[in-house]
Amino acid sequence: MTRVTILSARVAAAGAALLAVAPALAAEAVGQVEKSAINWPAIVMFLLFVGLTLGITKWAASRTKTAADFYAAGGGITGFQNGLAIAGDYMSAASFLGISAMVYGKGFDGLIYSVGWLVGWPLILFLIAERLRNLGKYTFADVASYRLSRTPVRIFSACGALIVVIFYLIGQMVGAGQLIKLLFGLDYLYALILVGGLMMIYVTFGGMVATTWVQLIKAILLLAGATFMALAVLWQFGFSLEALFKRATEVHPSGTAIMAPGTLVTNPIDAISLAMALMFGTAGLPHILMRFFTVPDAKEARKSVFYATGFIGYFYILTFIIGFGAITLVLGAPAELKSLYIDANGAMIGGGNMPALHLSHAVGGNLFLGFISAVAFATILAVVSGLTLAGASAISHDLYANVFAHGRSTEAAEVRVSKMASAGLGILAIILGYIFEKQNIAFLVGLTFAIAASANFPIILLSMFWKGLTTRGAVAGGLIGLVSAVVLTVVSPPIWEAVLGNPKGSAWFPYSNPALFSISLAFFGSWLFSVLDASDQAKRERAAFEAQFIRSQTGLGAATAASH
Amino acid sequence: MPQDVYARIKNNPQFDELVNSRSRFAWLLSIIMLSIYFGFILAIAYAPGLLGTPVAEGRVTTIGLPIGVGVILSAIVLTGIYVWRANSRYDEMTRKIIEDSK
Repeated sequence: MTRVTILSARVAAAGAALLAVAPALAAEAVGQVEKSAINWPAIVMFLLFVGLTLGITKWAASRTKTAADFYAAGGGITGFQNGLAIAGDYMSAASFLGISAMVYGKGFDGLIYSVGWLVGWPLILFLIAERLRNLGKYTFADVASYRLSRTPVRIFSACGALIVVIFYLIGQMVGAGQLIKLLFGLDYLYALILVGGLMMIYVTFGGMVATTWVQLIKAILLLAGATFMALAVLWQFGFSLEALFKRATEVHPSGTAIMAPGTLVTNPIDAISLAMALMFGTAGLPHILMRFFTVPDAKEARKSVFYATGFIGYFYILTFIIGFGAITLVLGAPAELKSLYIDANGAMIGGGNMPALHLSHAVGGNLFLGFISAVAFATILAVVSGLTLAGASAISHDLYANVFAHGRSTEAAEVRVSKMASAGLGILAIILGYIFEKQNIAFLVGLTFAIAASANFPIILLSMFWKGLTTRGAVAGGLIGLVSAVVLTVVSPPIWEAVLGNPKGSAWFPYSNPALFSISLAFFGSWLFSVLDASDQAKRERAAFEAQFIRSQTGLGAATAASH
Repeated sequence: MPQDVYARIKNNPQFDELVNSRSRFAWLLSIIMLSIYFGFILAIAYAPGLLGTPVAEGRVTTIGLPIGVGVILSAIVLTGIYVWRANSRYDEMTRKIIEDSK
């Protein structure tokens, strides 16, 4: 009995470690922070970034004429550029500040989080990347509705995409407002208007070309900044990891425990459930899937994933070194410096997500702190721009052009709707960011990934792999996945008890992340409603699989965005 | 796309070969990735002491670190292997199949 308890406590520890990801990421929001003094080096570098990206947007605007230009940069992005842009889309300020903060707090456990975020990529490559490229044109709904009935599948896919985009945007905007208030000394609302306004300009005028370049520049800046920080840390320890870790265990209150898996308690199902949300959720994020349509063919799509996995993996290894660097050089800083980073009560100045930023000051002074602050800001801008473009495409390409206008709209009208939608989403993001300023949104990232994994991913996968999928099955299965992900999240302990204030132990659903159950329900629902569907339409849809399969395998007839 | 092109591709034994070979390879790599990842998670759950073992007597570095970094590197290496094979062998097979169908 005791052994069993210990075992389950250990599995639990792993689960808890993973679960902590969600709060940490949502805590992109640095917490309720004080407005700080004006940080001139940061402002100057940020202005340089804004000036450069606005210049690029102007250039991109002159090249953005057709719908293919707007949604997919004319299909002219190379695999390498796209890989870097995917990395730029995926490495949010949350993964940079949140994961390094987690390593700072818990040591080894920080590595578990990064691994969870990375392993979805190989699966995307092996199973969906090239089929996606061969079947789709601008949005993942193109793929889902390839042989299914256009109206219901597009409406559902577009809603799935919009829900994910809006939830993701809320987390990013609240995080952006807090971070900018802290780093640049700007009011929360002004910070929101600045972020929302810039992203509207990039997306509305420059479309995918400008968004891609913002992501490329941001990825290069972030990778360069993180590399510099990691090297500066290693340099202090004569490039000996052992010396770095030894010093860290001397300084950290948990001592050598930071070198081994941690000790939080929950249960094994949670570990697997969250792992599934992270892995399959990545494969259901509309702004990530959209990037596969910017390359000319399946070959470049494959290369993009390889480069993206390489950059993201490298970045996660850097965040691990940065976290340990923060233990040794921020927590272990000499007294006169330490007072800049940690207050008299032992709390980190500026909030729990600050270790990487304090470390940048410790290794490179005000100038480098300014650079990293500007990079953090650029990072947020790049991520929200990608999200906005994906949301705008769902509205204009899926809902307007294909559903509302039954595919008979003109290209010019579609692009116009898309630009209006981008502007609308920008305003909505500012308003939501303002409303959610003081809300506890820690659950939002976990929920977003759970929805992407349960509502979008099963439909995409089944439409490519299973002949038997029918419209009825896809929409019913997707709805079941969406509803179960939302409902199970609401009645799970982190929301039911922590956010809604119900008594401890009253949550109906015992696990923190619904993905294991909601993904299974979505697949089961899609299967059940497809097999039960004996309509003539279902017969036609099954018969159409063969042609779709041949195109998905060979790329024959695949949309080359440039030719449309 | 004209119907007879699809018919010719469907009836081409090389098409079956391409599909089977590529799916087998993709699923094999997926299973390897999932085993590595879930193996890592289960090791953390059931054998945290094992991962917490120092790499050598008197060292602070534990074997959990090279293993964790190894999982990250395995993801990069596996994607590299797939891309290398797909961009050479499978793309070449695909090109031939499309050529034959014309």
